[in-house]
Amino acid sequence: MGYFEKIWLGVKTVLIGMGITLKHLFSHNVTIQYPNVHPTDKAGSDRMPDNARNRLFMDYDLCSGCGGCVRACPVDCINLNTVKAVPDDDVPPLKDGAKRGLWVLDFEIDFSKCCFCGLCVPACPTGAMKMTTEFEYSTLNKEDLVYKFSHLSKEFAEEKTKIYNKFAAEKKKKDAEAKKAKAAAAAKEKAMAAKV
Amino acid sequence: MENLNFVYNLIGQNWLAILVIIVLPLVFVLLYALLAILGELKFASFFQDRLGPMRTGPWGIFQPIAEVVKLLQKEDITPTAANKMLYNLAPFLMFTGAYSAFAVIPFSQYYVPSGINVGLFYIFAVGSVGVIGIVMGGWASNNKYTILGAMRAVAQIVSYEIPAGAAILSIAALSSSLSIQEIIIQQSGWFWNWNIFGGPGGFEKIWVIPFTAILFVIYFISSLAETNRVPFDIPEGESELVAGYHTEYSGMKFAFFFFSEYANMFIVSAITVILFFGGWNSPCGDLTNGWFGGAEWWIILRDVFWFVMKSFFFVFVQIWLRWTLPRFRVDQLMEFGWKVLLPISFICFFFVALWAMVR
Repeated sequence: MGYFEKIWLGVKTVLIGMGITLKHLFSHNVTIQYPNVHPTDKAGSDRMPDNARNRLFMDYDLCSGCGGCVRACPVDCINLNTVKAVPDDDVPPLKDGAKRGLWVLDFEIDFSKCCFCGLCVPACPTGAMKMTTEFEYSTLNKEDLVYKFSHLSKEFAEEKTKIYNKFAAEKKKKDAEAKKAKAAAAAKEKAMAAKV
Repeated sequence: MENLNFVYNLIGQNWLAILVIIVLPLVFVLLYALLAILGELKFASFFQDRLGPMRTGPWGIFQPIAEVVKLLQKEDITPTAANKMLYNLAPFLMFTGAYSAFAVIPFSQYYVPSGINVGLFYIFAVGSVGVIGIVMGGWASNNKYTILGAMRAVAQIVSYEIPAGAAILSIAALSSSLSIQEIIIQQSGWFWNWNIFGGPGGFEKIWVIPFTAILFVIYFISSLAETNRVPFDIPEGESELVAGYHTEYSGMKFAFFFFSEYANMFIVSAITVILFFGGWNSPCGDLTNGWFGGAEWWIILRDVFWFVMKSFFFVFVQIWLRWTLPRFRVDQLMEFGWKVLLPISFICFFFVALWAMVR
């Protein structure tokens, strides 16, 4: 580029730049002066976006206890404790009508560990996990940050565990007898075949 | 040249008057530095679509006080292997270089601390004293980043003094005088008498207007390099050299470097205004001379108002440029100073001197 062309280009671009900066001097500032103005107030474009990843919410009546969220979580902040629902007990279905296979005894999310990645949301098959826009939930006690979503009482949990254990023990006995019977039948057949 | 000084008229020619005259610019510089810190923070924020300091006082106006208090209460650290005497002397030397230029800057026709008739030469000379402070600070800190910053500062300031000098020389040729008050008095009248519009004269000055306008731009750019402002802030680095020549300084000494930079900004704006924009002349000439019966205090107030407003405008332009432009590379800086500014300033000086001779 020629000498004078370079000079002209330099001057022109500096002036263009200064024009842009001057325009921004008088344009609207994007700062939200929190805590005087809350970003979730519906005030123009200062709202927090609807798909912001903040505190998790778990709809307990939709949870099927599959543990997909537990496996998806990279920091292991979800704690799940389930017991199988015995079929002939009165098992209410889930909120969306699906059959309930598990009782969710404990469902805890430790928000001091949660990294708000949102990987548990697509991992949930029933859509029970949701991310909300709530971010003002700091506490003075670290233990208060462990959110318990299950509202089954301890006695209910113990009773269901007992029912399941009984059912499991009976099933094991029945299976053992059936195996013995099958083994005996197989031995009898072998003996008959050997006799022939 | 007669030294009309309103302080002498008020108090009489004694040591108290001299003390007041010396201290007045210092007070002004201190107040100006507070304002400039706030201005830089707020303007920087508005240029970047954000709000800046808002909590310290309404709209953050007490922020400079917070900054000064913060710097005052910081621990004063001296590196073990630093050269103690040079290390401690450097910030004060730089401030001396910055403040001594205030001795000849006229804020009004009735106030100039020292009315010598080689004022322009004097300003140019003491402007170089600040470089010694930078090099001392950079070398005495015993740190590779600081010495790099200091060396680059020397190269930059020395090479940009020549185009600045050529611009100043052209104005001296145009006004046939080195005395600052003389230069300003020649630009009195309405704003078309200012030197950027060719100085006093009739329509024949249309021939010299392009050259004086180019000289103004050259002088302004060189002065940015003199004060280490963006785009010439390589000595300060800030992302390359930690903080350049003032990396190792903390507390009051850093405050002095910081303060000298703002004082320097004001001085170069003031010189731009004096040389090209009529100094303390108002743009409407003698229109307001009769107000308040032509009282001396009104004339002084009006002069100071116009001078300070014009200088503050150029300080604002310096801040504006800081947030517009990226930083020069060292070789680009040298090429720009020696290959572009220098030849053009000499050519403009030739034509201005020619016009001054032929006029």
